[in-house]
Amino acid sequence: MSLILFAEQVLNGLQLGVMLFLMAAGLTLVFGVMGLINLAHGSLFMIGAFAAAAVAGATGSFLLALMAALAAAAAAGALVELVVIRRLYNRDHLDQVLATFALILIFSEGTRWVFGSFPLFLNIPDYLAGPVTLPGGIQYPFYRLTLILIGLAVALGLFLLISRTRLGIQIRAGENDREMIAALGINISGLYTIVFALGAALAGLAGALVGAIQSVQVGMGEPVLILAFVVIVIGGIGSIKGALVGSILVGLTDTLGGLLLPELFRQFMDSSAASSAGSALASMLIYILMAAVLIVRPTGLFGAKA
Amino acid sequence: MSREQILNAAVMLALVAFPLWAWATDEPFLITLTTKAAILALAGVGLNIALGLGGLVSLGHAAFFGIGGYAMGVLASHAQLYDPILETPFLIEGTKSMPIIWLVAITASGLAALAIGALSLRTSGVYFIMITLAFGQMLYFFAISWPAYGGEDGLSIYVRNDFPGLNTLDPIQFYVIVLALLAAVLFLTSRLAKSSFGLALNAARQSPMRVETVGISPYRLRLIAFTISGMITGLAGALFADLNRFVSPTMLSWQTSGEIMVFVIIGGVARLFGPVVGAMLFILLEHLLGGLSDYWHVYLGVLLLLIVLFARGGVIGSLAGRGKAHD
Repeated sequence: MSLILFAEQVLNGLQLGVMLFLMAAGLTLVFGVMGLINLAHGSLFMIGAFAAAAVAGATGSFLLALMAALAAAAAAGALVELVVIRRLYNRDHLDQVLATFALILIFSEGTRWVFGSFPLFLNIPDYLAGPVTLPGGIQYPFYRLTLILIGLAVALGLFLLISRTRLGIQIRAGENDREMIAALGINISGLYTIVFALGAALAGLAGALVGAIQSVQVGMGEPVLILAFVVIVIGGIGSIKGALVGSILVGLTDTLGGLLLPELFRQFMDSSAASSAGSALASMLIYILMAAVLIVRPTGLFGAKA
Repeated sequence: MSREQILNAAVMLALVAFPLWAWATDEPFLITLTTKAAILALAGVGLNIALGLGGLVSLGHAAFFGIGGYAMGVLASHAQLYDPILETPFLIEGTKSMPIIWLVAITASGLAALAIGALSLRTSGVYFIMITLAFGQMLYFFAISWPAYGGEDGLSIYVRNDFPGLNTLDPIQFYVIVLALLAAVLFLTSRLAKSSFGLALNAARQSPMRVETVGISPYRLRLIAFTISGMITGLAGALFADLNRFVSPTMLSWQTSGEIMVFVIIGGVARLFGPVVGAMLFILLEHLLGGLSDYWHVYLGVLLLLIVLFARGGVIGSLAGRGKAHD
C-alpha cells in the first residue's frame, strides 16, 4: 500500500471526523445544558440536506443552499423545542427517547410525503470541484478539503462562543446550575430555545455539506446520529472538547480500519476471506473502540465524574 | 380481581377467541396477523423485564431479536442444504426442529445479552441508552458485511421448521405454538416479578443505594434481568424469523429496537400485559392506517407523541388506573 493512499485515507477520516463533530457538538450541548437525549437530531441533519438540495435546485447557488440549510434546521429546531421538547426537560430519559423517536417518524415520513421516496442530488459548485495538489504530491478533492476547513473553523468558533461571549457564559452556567442562573434573572427557557436551535443549525449545516458528496434521502440522518452517539460516549457527555477528540478518533478509526484490516488479514488468509473478514471487523471497529474506552473510563475521555 | 386483572383476562380471551373465529370463517390472513402480534408481544415482554422491572432503557434489543432470528436462519439453512455447520473438531449439523432452534436462540441471545449487559451496565442513564444502541448497531453492520449468511440480502428458508406432532405450515397450528409460548413466558414473568429476585430488582430501580446497603449488588441484579430479557426477546426473534421464513439485518436495525420499545410504552411500562396490548394495537394500526395511507408512520408518530406527553402509563394505565406501576 502506498503512502499516498494512506495519507488520502487519513484526510478522509479527518473529513468524516469534523462532520461528526458538527452533529456531536449539538447533541452534547443539548445534553449538557438541558439534560435531554435527542434522537431526532438526525432528522435535523436530514432537514438541512433537503433544504439545501431544494434551494440549490431552485436557485443554483450553493452558498444560498447552505444558508437555507442553516435557517431551515434552526427554525425546525426552535419550533420542535417550543412545541414538544420543552415539555420533556423534567421527564425521565425513557419519555425523552420515545418522544424524540416519535419525532423521527413524523419528520422522516413527512419528508417522504413532501419530496417523495427518490433521493435528491446536491451538486458540488464548480469553484469547489476538482482535485487540489497538497504538499507531498497528494491529489485530494478540493471540496472534501473545504469540508475539513469549515469543520475546524466551526469548532474554533464554537470554542470562542462558549469561552468568550456572554451567551457562552450563560450556557456554561446553565450546565452547572439552572435554578441559580434563573434566579439571577436570565431567561432560561429562551436560553434553552437558543441552544437547541444552535445545535440544530450545526446539524443542518453538516447535512447540507455531506449531502453534496452522497445522495440526499430520507433516513440519511440516523446512521450519522448513531455515530455521533458513539462519539459522545467516547468523548464524555456534555464536553465540547470531548466531542472534538471523539469525532476525530471515530472518523480516523472507521476510515483507516476499512483500509488496514483487510490488508492485515491478507498476511495470513487467502485474499477473498481476508477482505470479507477484514471489512466485517472494520465495520465493528468503532464500537469496539467505544467498549474499550468504557472499560477504562466509564464516563468517557473528558466526561465529568458521575 | 383488580381492574388490571380483568383487563388481562379479556386480552387473553381475545388472543384465543379472535384467531378461532378467523379459523372458523376461513380467514388465514387474520390468523397470521395475530401470530405476528403475539410474537412481537413476546419480544416486548422480554424488553419489559429490563425496562419495566429493572428501569434499564435499552435501545439495543433488536440485537437479541436478530440473534434469535439468525440462530433459526443459520440452523435451518444448513439443514436444508444438508451441509454441516462444523465438521472439526466435532460434527455440528443444522436442524429443522423448532425446540432445538429455540434452545439455541435463547442460549445465543442470552450470551450476547450477558456480554453487552456486562459492559453497558457499568454506566447508567443516557450513557446506557446510547451504548445499547451502539452495540445493536455493531451487530447490524456485522450482519450486513458478513457475506456467509446472505449479508445485506438476508436469508430465506423454504419450509417452516418442524414441531413434533403439529403441521407448522397450517396458520392456526403455528399460532397455537406461539400462543402457548407467550402464555408460558407471561406466567414465568409474573412469577419472576413476585419472586425475591423481582422484588430486589424493583427496589434497585427505585433506590440502588438502599439495595446496596442491605448487601445486594444492583449490578448483578440488573445484569441477570438484562440477560433474561435478552433471552426472551431472542426466542421471539426465532419465532418471527420462522413466521416469515426469512431473516435479514433489518431485524437487527435500531428501528426494530425502537418499535419493540413502542409496544411496551403504548401498552404500559411495567404492566404484565402492557407489551401484549401494545403489540396488538401496533399491528391493528399498521393494518388500518397502512391501508389508508402509505405514510402511516406520521400518524403513528403523532399518536406516540400524544401518549408520551399526555397519557403516561399507556393503554393499561389509562384503563386500569394507577396500579403499583412504574412512575
